[in-house]
Amino acid sequence: MTETQQSTTPVGLIAVAWALVGVPLAYGLYKTISTASQLFGS
Amino acid sequence: MAVPSFLARERIVAKPGFNRWLIPPAALAVHLCIGQAYATSVYKDALVARFDSSLTAIGIIFSIAIVMLGLSAALFGTWVDRNGPRAAMFVSACFWSVGFLVGSAGIATDQLWLLYLGYGVIGGIGLGIGYISPVSTLIKWFPDRPGLATGMAIMGFGGGALIASPLSGQLMSWYGLDSTSKETLAATSSHAVSMLFVTLGLVYLVFMLFGAFIVRVPAEGWKPAGFDPASVKAKALVTTNSVSAGNAIKTPQFWLLWIVLFCNVTAGIGILEQAKLMIQDFFRDGSASEVTLAAALGFVGLLSLFNMGGRFIWSTTSDFIGRKRIYMVYLGAGLALYVLLATVGSSAVWVFVLLAAIIISFYGGGFATMPAYLRDLFGTYQVGAIHGRVLTAWSAAGVAGPLIVNRVLDTQGTPGELTAGDYRPALFIMVGLLAVGFVANLLVKPVSSRFHEPKADAIFTETPEASVTR
Repeated sequence: MTETQQSTTPVGLIAVAWALVGVPLAYGLYKTISTASQLFGS
Repeated sequence: MAVPSFLARERIVAKPGFNRWLIPPAALAVHLCIGQAYATSVYKDALVARFDSSLTAIGIIFSIAIVMLGLSAALFGTWVDRNGPRAAMFVSACFWSVGFLVGSAGIATDQLWLLYLGYGVIGGIGLGIGYISPVSTLIKWFPDRPGLATGMAIMGFGGGALIASPLSGQLMSWYGLDSTSKETLAATSSHAVSMLFVTLGLVYLVFMLFGAFIVRVPAEGWKPAGFDPASVKAKALVTTNSVSAGNAIKTPQFWLLWIVLFCNVTAGIGILEQAKLMIQDFFRDGSASEVTLAAALGFVGLLSLFNMGGRFIWSTTSDFIGRKRIYMVYLGAGLALYVLLATVGSSAVWVFVLLAAIIISFYGGGFATMPAYLRDLFGTYQVGAIHGRVLTAWSAAGVAGPLIVNRVLDTQGTPGELTAGDYRPALFIMVGLLAVGFVANLLVKPVSSRFHEPKADAIFTETPEASVTR
């Protein structure tokens, strides 16, 4: 059995799943980069 | 140990046409939550004030959690492989969440032992089971790119701290934490930190259950489109045979990789543990440092980014250059960078920052590449359980790393007066450790066939034995 057949997983579900983990991660990255930028600001 | 039928492995076998790109977010949902363990420093001062205790007494909470991570991953690894990722994620979510709630009760009632029991012991078990829960599933869904797959998940562990640190600071502020003076901090910390723990416990429970809900295991014999298993077999050190967890620990390869992980993690912790003070001490002139506190905190943030990024980038790179070679880079180049850090690290801030950042990216990469290395050597059969046993090296390094650095620094002077030269003995100990790890990695050879499972059984149990349900 291979992945060649048509995907039956709703694209919306995949998008929501990635958004649920991606949005908090983006928030964390933004905050950390803001903090890290202080290293170069002084 | 029986699991309810809704958690059983048989219930989550993917139907034909299932899109495997739903699995990484399921894994990330767990790892982003348990990665909070790296963000404990954000409420450390508040806990010290709350319990009128020492930093050491509060730091023990994290140490207990990391020791329990290794022990539970080792003890429950076989159970995780047998019952599948949904059961493991569910159990992990319960332990992790209950750990926070019990810890919160300890903070609210001024009982430090409850915090040790809650966050340290109960939460630590959740950490261990959660850490290994998606690993073998990801490897089976991505046989063509195991390094990328496990790198994505384990990157989430690094990312969890990036989210939890600012979020916890914000939440404690909302719950009334006032850190303007020692007195106000002591007065407000109980409510603020206990409420923070309740909030995190509940949010993480929902998030991790979401991961458990969407995770699936591939059907027997599934392989991605265009993937030729023969291409895997053609690579040196990559087996298509299966080795059980029980047999794996009898092989020299297992213990060599244990040493590799121990050395790599101990060396990385040497910098991570002291990062904020270390950069200030390296550029100290008398009692003042040319690196401000804000810049030092920025350095800690930068290391977090490289720790997380290294997990994904280096682990993915290992799919192309091979696991043994990438560990030669982590340990060999890491060794050279440590020597440079000890000798020319104090010449300029940018030199110090660059060297430390690359070293920490290797530290993260070492974590993320290990599951794929184990898959290469022992096959996919019980790779989760084997990974769990290897993680005891992390527990040992979590104790050894800070111990080495703190002991050496204690002999060199008092905090606030140390300089770059005072760090050299500790850094050269790390160089020695990396050399040991480098040699251990060089000695890794394919596993002897006497440890392989019989072929027919191995094929039959490629998806481990059916879970026990009730």
